[in-house]
Amino acid sequence: DQVLHIVPETIQQVQHLQLLCSTFMLDLWKPLLPEDIRAGEDLHIRVPAPLVQEMKDSLAQHMISYRVLIPDVQKLVDQSMPRERSSHRQVSGGYVYTEYHPMEEIYQWMTQIQKNNSELVTQHILGKTFENRTMYYLQISQPSNKTKKIIWMDCGIHAREWISPAFCQWFVKEILQNYKTDPKISRFLQNLDFYVLPVLNIDGYIYSWEEDRLWRKSRSPYENGTCYGTDLNRNFNSSWGSVGVSFNCSSDVFCGSGPESEPETRAVAQFIKSKKSDILCYLTIHSYGQLILTPYGSTTKPPSNNEELMQVAKEAAAALKGKYGTSYRVGSTALILYSNSGSSRDWAHTIGIPLSYTFELRDTGTHGFVLPADQIQPTCEETM
Amino acid sequence: RAMELPPGHFPAARAAAVAVEYLRYLRGGPGSGLRLRELQRARRQDIDDVGHKYYLELELEDVLDKDRTVSCTAEVLYHLGSKTSAPDVQLTVQGELRSTEAADKEFYNRIRSLEKELVAENIPDSHGNVPPELEPIHLLAWVASGYVIWQNSTENTKFHLAQVKHVKQVKRNDEDLQFDFVLLLHEMVSQEVLPWEVTLLWHPQRGARVTQS
Repeated sequence: DQVLHIVPETIQQVQHLQLLCSTFMLDLWKPLLPEDIRAGEDLHIRVPAPLVQEMKDSLAQHMISYRVLIPDVQKLVDQSMPRERSSHRQVSGGYVYTEYHPMEEIYQWMTQIQKNNSELVTQHILGKTFENRTMYYLQISQPSNKTKKIIWMDCGIHAREWISPAFCQWFVKEILQNYKTDPKISRFLQNLDFYVLPVLNIDGYIYSWEEDRLWRKSRSPYENGTCYGTDLNRNFNSSWGSVGVSFNCSSDVFCGSGPESEPETRAVAQFIKSKKSDILCYLTIHSYGQLILTPYGSTTKPPSNNEELMQVAKEAAAALKGKYGTSYRVGSTALILYSNSGSSRDWAHTIGIPLSYTFELRDTGTHGFVLPADQIQPTCEETM
Repeated sequence: RAMELPPGHFPAARAAAVAVEYLRYLRGGPGSGLRLRELQRARRQDIDDVGHKYYLELELEDVLDKDRTVSCTAEVLYHLGSKTSAPDVQLTVQGELRSTEAADKEFYNRIRSLEKELVAENIPDSHGNVPPELEPIHLLAWVASGYVIWQNSTENTKFHLAQVKHVKQVKRNDEDLQFDFVLLLHEMVSQEVLPWEVTLLWHPQRGARVTQS
């Protein structure tokens, strides 16, 4: 449904509008009654979705200009009244997945999720951040005799990409809510374990809530405390420091003082190395851009299993598009985006994890990093 | 002489972004904003002693009316050693953009009749929200950022407006509306977020003009 703003200019236009109101039984927001419509005065009408195009065509035919005041009435309603609290209650007592949450709440959420789903979920310590905060990951694993392959997913390596941790939380919720009833998910869990790290760059994420919404890096100090933060996604040991980085701490792509110089990077790298023979797929979630990126960033030379990587990615993009029509581009970082080195995704591939992808979620620049919370649900649903 | 480029790869994508930003500057206003829906085709020609010229076919949509699309053919010329000059952009738009005459007039009158000069910050806010009464200001910020991005783009940059940090209306004696913006621009390759001060003048019939940036 849309609300249109019209200022009729002539009596004829007023009459036509009054006719449209009564014919289509439209909901007048201003004025309240059709007989109060006047030339030169504001008119706000709510038009039900199925009539929008017809209404606009009729206005165009009569040379009545309009502005769309509210492009989606339902969205606005939902924004002011969060829905769907009840369906999440069993999973984790009323947590609202369609809002962005500060780190404190995410920590509490992890504890709750494990408590409410202890048959499937265990919470583990990965390591500590520079500012000494504990990094936890959730292991979703159905008890079984056989050892299962692992899918690893991390979110929030870049502080400002809030949709990313929101997606990790959504993902966990979705699996836990549906594994008993959804045959696809239940089959996944029979054969695979999911390891999810909801926020990798915790210090940066907190900083983006408290100080600077557009902060990207970690919060480790350099140059005698005059400069802060390493770009954790340039800090991994994959062609470290070679291209698409800066050695200057004040840059947003500062790669640190050496590969794995940062505690967050080491925590992730050590763990993944220790499990690498069992990890089938490494996923790292970012925003924005609507891209599924394959190795590499430091060279355009394709990885050995490029065909397989591209095939899987293309199928994922097609499935994603099938949900809400959102287009994702697929390809290597070096071709699609820019050159970079030291990325976690490239490192995961070079140590032998065959399927390694970076997801850049919505959008393509209209909102960029400040994606409205009302897009959390559609973004997460299509990405699932 | 012109080489076909994959539209999904970054060289074409960067040139397309420049064309879109330039168009936003030319055609944007408080009642309408355009967004790139799809880059359909891209070619590039390297011209000796001049620079690189991109030929693009784009499909754009109206952000306030997503079913409305227009096609655009654009030529973007990045000058050699382009440190001081903006890329040249030529465009042809096919298809009608919705008329915003009445909405523009209403916005103009509303702002002119404000007793206190309008001031706002963080558009959108941290959670991505824009109050409806500030949406026209947000769209004018796109016009202003369109100019800045066009003027400062090279083949090695891709800019987007990340957020309007601050906007202040400045009342004038003539008929234009004046808005002083502090814009935060995100540059994709360096990942930097750069603050930029821009002054935008706007008038319902005369359109927008950047006077200072």
